[in-house]
Amino acid sequence: MFNLERWEEIFETIRKNKLRTFLTGVSVASGIFILVILLGVSTGMQNGVQQQFQRDAANRISVWTGATSIEYKGLNPGRDIQLTNNDYDLIDRKYQDQLEYKSSIYRIWGGLVNYKNESGSYRVEGVLPDYQFLESATLTDGRFINYADNKRYEKIAVIGLKVYKDLFKDKKSAIGKSIEVQGILFKVVGVYTDPGGEREESRVFVPLSTAQKVFGAGQDVGSLAFTLPQEDNFEQAVKTSKAFTDKLEKQLKEAHTIAPEDESAIDINNSLENMKNVYDMMRNIRLFFWFVGIATILAGVVGVSNIMLIIVKERTKEIGIRKALGAQPLSVVGMILHESVFVTTIAGFFGLLFGMLLLEFVGPMVETDFISNPTVNFQVAVSTVFILIFAGAIAGFFPAWRASRIKPIVALRDE
Amino acid sequence: MIEIKDLHKSYKTGASSLHVLKGINFSVKEGELVSIMGSSGSGKSTLLNILGMLDEADEGTYTLDNFPIKNLNEKVAAKYRNKFLGFIFQSFNLINYKSALDNVALPLYYQGVGRKERMDKSFAYLEKVGLADWANHLPNELSGGQKQRVAIARALASEPKVLLADEPTGALDTKTSYEVMDLIQGINDEGKTILVVTHEDDIAHMTKRIVNLKDGLIIDDSYVNQVRAIENV
Repeated sequence: MFNLERWEEIFETIRKNKLRTFLTGVSVASGIFILVILLGVSTGMQNGVQQQFQRDAANRISVWTGATSIEYKGLNPGRDIQLTNNDYDLIDRKYQDQLEYKSSIYRIWGGLVNYKNESGSYRVEGVLPDYQFLESATLTDGRFINYADNKRYEKIAVIGLKVYKDLFKDKKSAIGKSIEVQGILFKVVGVYTDPGGEREESRVFVPLSTAQKVFGAGQDVGSLAFTLPQEDNFEQAVKTSKAFTDKLEKQLKEAHTIAPEDESAIDINNSLENMKNVYDMMRNIRLFFWFVGIATILAGVVGVSNIMLIIVKERTKEIGIRKALGAQPLSVVGMILHESVFVTTIAGFFGLLFGMLLLEFVGPMVETDFISNPTVNFQVAVSTVFILIFAGAIAGFFPAWRASRIKPIVALRDE
Repeated sequence: MIEIKDLHKSYKTGASSLHVLKGINFSVKEGELVSIMGSSGSGKSTLLNILGMLDEADEGTYTLDNFPIKNLNEKVAAKYRNKFLGFIFQSFNLINYKSALDNVALPLYYQGVGRKERMDKSFAYLEKVGLADWANHLPNELSGGQKQRVAIARALASEPKVLLADEPTGALDTKTSYEVMDLIQGINDEGKTILVVTHEDDIAHMTKRIVNLKDGLIIDDSYVNQVRAIENV
């Protein structure tokens, strides 16, 4: 490896055989290039899918109600179940130390909202302060609803970015302005943005107590939302939240006299369990791309082997001459492998570099729903380059070894 | 210098076996210039290849400068070839992507001679064969005679005990052939032992001894009056 004479010999050979060197290099470099792009797209797809599921807190548990479907304790099926502040208070009190964020929600699905001459129909939700975190909402302006707002039945509103864009055409700050919600004036105190995009930003949040009062809902709430504290272990988190939802379901069914096996009266949606499905899907995407990637490497290995075979074949006569002049078999093998490893290494890293540069500069421009921020793990890419070099060396070794064993007289006869 | 006793060699071609050498007894003293003659198929090239350790005999003994040449592995054979023998081929066998100088330097590379010394020595041998001005040319920029002279310089570079020439003039015209033979005669005059395989009578008579081969046996082995090649140029 550090034999200067050998390096001189190799550089001379490379200089004098530019086309052969170039072709070997191109095939190796393009193999690595394709692999890097492929791995990048795979990561991009994972990122894209992940973003699609980031609308709400990842571990959100939502409770909805419907009508009963089974007769129970003398009560007819088809009875509508209505959640109330009482349900929320009971759960809050019982699981206080287990819950991270919690809120009950009262909704008006198509609330008419006016500001000056602009108007639109948006979902209006009466919520508690924690709801901001349950929605993964971030404020772009002002503040969110707080405890005091609920206590004092304040007529204030936090509007989504989409609502702001629709109604505030003058682009001035909405804070302090009064908007009309279902004919009642509310003062805007905040504007929020949501990773879920426009659909999630087309809402108006008001204090729950105010909403119940001004829209005549009494103690009724539409749904409940909770999160449990984050856990490091994903599997463990899924298990904990499953146990919690089971208890929750049991308690609510008892409180509302619902048959334990009734599936339609109480609907608990556990995001974490959904998340598990997403993770499984992403794992499959990853596996698929790895499969394609390994196939690409294999194709690259076959390509390199092929080139090595041709090189050895082409150099058979030269090998004969060298042996007649006193070259040892091992020095012949060493010379061929040294050259090929040198060329594949340089070419491999060129391919790697081009692939990485392309991902680096073109990657951020790719913004579709399903591919986002394609990047490649540098270590993985470098390892594949080494695998390719190693495989090329192995593949080249056998023909080179065989050629070195050919009697010089036979090799010299080769035309 | 060379001692051969009862040498046999046969080639297998499919089912049948071709007996090429059928018991050759032959010896060469130091400083001799010997030609091996015979029609094609007489076994003369086979004999030369065995002498050159490019091929192995089936039976018999071969001693080169008091070293028994038998059952050599590739490594030792390569070492002996490099140390004892210089080859001159009919088709020159120069490495076509190396300059004349680098071709001459190749045996020295395998002897482990350092670059500077290697190049100086190679250049001296190129000068000796009259090609100093062509040192940096590639083989395909040289004429046939020039290529053969590069090959002779290469054969001499490793300072071998014996030069083996397989039809050295086979690919050359008469005038060039005589020039090459003049060079070979000059080298022999300096004391180098040289074996030349040829089927041309005039070339054979430019050596000092002619060994005639027919059907794998020596039928005639006699000293002749050497014709100086320079007189015919």
